[in-house]
Amino acid sequence: MKLFRVRGGVHPDYRKELSSEKATVPFPLPQRLYMPLQQHIGAPAEPVVQVGERVLKGQMIARSTGAVSAPVHAPTSGIVVDIGNHTAPHPSGLPQRTIVIEPDGKDEWAPLPAPVADHLSLTPADIAKRVAEAGIVGLGGATFPSAVKLDLRSRCRLDILLVNGAECEPYLTCDDRLMREHADEVMDGVRIMAYALEVQTVLIAIEDNKPQALAAMTKAAATLDGDIRVIGVPVRYPMGSERHLTLALTGRETPARKLTADIGVVVHNVATARAVSQAIRAGRPLISRLVTVSGSAVAEPKNIEVPLGTHVSELIAFCGGLTEEPRRIISGGPMMGQPLPSTAVPVIKGTSGILALTEAETNERPAQPCIRCGTCVSVCPCGLVPVEMAAFIRKENLEGAQASGVLDCVSCGSCSYVCPSHIPLVHYFNYAKGRINALERDKRKRDLVKRLVEARAERMEKIAKAKREALAAKKAAAEAAKAAKAAAEAAAKAAEGEQPAAAASEDKASA
Amino acid sequence: MTVLIDKSGPYAHAPTSVQRTMTLVLAALLPATAFNIWLFGWPALFLFALTLVTALLTEALCLRLLGRPTSPTLWDGSAALTGWLLAMSLPPWAPWWIGVVGSFVAIAFGKHMFGGIGQNVFNPAMVARVALLISFPVQMTIFTRPAPIGQAGSPGLIDSLAITFGGRFDVDALSAASALGHVKTELSRGIPVTDSIAKAPELMDLALGMAPGSFGETSAVLILLGGAFLLVKRIISWHIPAAMLGTVFVLGTVFHAIDPGRYPDGLFHLLSGATFLGAFFIATDYVTSPVAKQGQLVYGVGVGLLTWIIRSYAGYPEGVAFAVLLMNAMTPLIDRGLRPRVFGRTRRGEPLPVKGGK
Repeated sequence: MKLFRVRGGVHPDYRKELSSEKATVPFPLPQRLYMPLQQHIGAPAEPVVQVGERVLKGQMIARSTGAVSAPVHAPTSGIVVDIGNHTAPHPSGLPQRTIVIEPDGKDEWAPLPAPVADHLSLTPADIAKRVAEAGIVGLGGATFPSAVKLDLRSRCRLDILLVNGAECEPYLTCDDRLMREHADEVMDGVRIMAYALEVQTVLIAIEDNKPQALAAMTKAAATLDGDIRVIGVPVRYPMGSERHLTLALTGRETPARKLTADIGVVVHNVATARAVSQAIRAGRPLISRLVTVSGSAVAEPKNIEVPLGTHVSELIAFCGGLTEEPRRIISGGPMMGQPLPSTAVPVIKGTSGILALTEAETNERPAQPCIRCGTCVSVCPCGLVPVEMAAFIRKENLEGAQASGVLDCVSCGSCSYVCPSHIPLVHYFNYAKGRINALERDKRKRDLVKRLVEARAERMEKIAKAKREALAAKKAAAEAAKAAKAAAEAAAKAAEGEQPAAAASEDKASA
Repeated sequence: MTVLIDKSGPYAHAPTSVQRTMTLVLAALLPATAFNIWLFGWPALFLFALTLVTALLTEALCLRLLGRPTSPTLWDGSAALTGWLLAMSLPPWAPWWIGVVGSFVAIAFGKHMFGGIGQNVFNPAMVARVALLISFPVQMTIFTRPAPIGQAGSPGLIDSLAITFGGRFDVDALSAASALGHVKTELSRGIPVTDSIAKAPELMDLALGMAPGSFGETSAVLILLGGAFLLVKRIISWHIPAAMLGTVFVLGTVFHAIDPGRYPDGLFHLLSGATFLGAFFIATDYVTSPVAKQGQLVYGVGVGLLTWIIRSYAGYPEGVAFAVLLMNAMTPLIDRGLRPRVFGRTRRGEPLPVKGGK
């Protein structure tokens, strides 16, 4: 299949060989499970259990709140020992509301929704509902509630389901292993999603550095009817970026500030597809995921099926611990992953990898002055000029940065990766995006306040005017009445006057 | 256990550094430099070494005066590269103070006055070369006939010291005009190019470098070799060299076809003077050239165009240094206007229209 040109990109040191040949292993029951209420984009879930309550495996412990949200389920049976603040797996290290479960070791399942053998018996809306109830979110790392994305038919005209198995981040191999080991399950989920989305074409993209996954998926796709194509895409970061993958495969370029759905393409990750299959076929909610634990500081890198809520420290211990002090511990891949504040944080729905990277691997150096080599411009997949944006941001010129396109940056990190001066460009851009968003929020707030104040002034003015008018009317009425009265009086007086006059004349006459 | 959280990702980095870039450029200059030291003998080596050392000393001095840390910047290779390129553009037997003054001007005025590495608007080596050319036109235009070390005409060590440091340079006996200078002088005497070019070095000699000229510019082949190395290593891209060489060649060829008596041909333009050195090593200077490929093409064409115009119509026989400086001044403007199209937007920056949505 002909692929379309995507500009820029880099070829990082992939290091997937550390874990790519390690078959996935299940994680034994952790000591405690920490389930943050916000493992997804959108509103946090709300607990429906209480401290001390026994919960069963797969039981919903926190419900979804609002249109964009996702419920949380118990990964195993046990006792809820705490609902309180615990450190979130986020660089801020801020606490987050978390349900803590102490497993009872019985791993006893809760009653699950009835399995559906024939998904055609469900309506697309039913499927989206079940996916929502299973707490499934985008497992590629974006963690956007999948049901919302499966329900886009009403808003956009869709014709292509793009299944993302590119896995372009270095080190990560969990999607690779998933496709090799569970190709049929993934393909089943793909079929269900295609039906739910009512699209005729399915494209499955896998980077060419995963030949076994490509073969397994091609084989699985052959068993299905319809237009399902498994496509090898060139190995070049950030090929797995939703917009860039869409462009490469379909030639459709997502307009700025729009979604791929606006041009007819919905992108789902392969792991999400498998979760959908499990939710429909077995009624199983999302309570575990595949995680790659890797990096040179890890004794034995592994791909592990991990119950959500397991502490990172337990995961690393399961991999033989650390062989040396890591420079960084990252959740996700090294290009776009987030550094973790400590290892005492849980694996959540979006955790695709845990990397313990040594100093040699991160190759960090102090930043030097920019020599304007222009490599950042060549590698930017978004066609931006990072050197210029960074210059603006250094001077706190956020307007300049915005005009030069900082909000179109996807933070892929290609520019920082190649910069010979080791300038942390993405750090600058993330800072600017945060500041611009904050300023816009402030501005919206101010505008709202201004609108309210103006509306109030207008209202008051109206009231005052109404009052004035009422007063004036009253006054006018009073005056009119007075006038009428005066007129009446005058008339009466006149009548009276005539009489005396007449009397006077009479008097005169009589005189 | 807590780990470091101080900046956004990525937490991986390509094995690139400023030092690596500069070192590779210096390595690419080595063949041509070694060849020309052999070709022009000891005086050339003395001048080269002096120019280089002065560049480093000036860098250290400026950094100290500015109160900046010395060691990382001094050894990043950028000052050495400036000195090296300046030396390559000097007449090989020029007196010692030409190199010293040149390097001082390049580093102090060309670089640090603008704010140091990455901040200068003009190519420091070319600033120095033009300053020297205007201030000391005699010393800057006396070239030497090739006299390889060990062959007849090559001065011995003592004579060489006298040439470089004592000003013992027998102008009448040893001087020779560069090919471009020869053609220009003859043209001003009314001798057409078609006649004068017969007395200029053969094209093959120009290509190999067996001709009078600036210390590092003579061998087109060896400079091309270095340039190819930089292209393979992806230190430079083809855009600037191709645009510049192409423009010079096309203009030379077309005007030669129109009036062969007035204009030398395209190949002569390519192989003489600083065309190759300029195309691969000087016009491609990161700091002073545009950052986007689109801009680099326009910049390269501009350098080529100005080079040819200056060579053909101006008072100086060679125009690469002036052309580069003039285009350096255009770089900010080019960077503003010529840039990639942003993903999802039109060239004017508007979001692309949504097709086929509901």
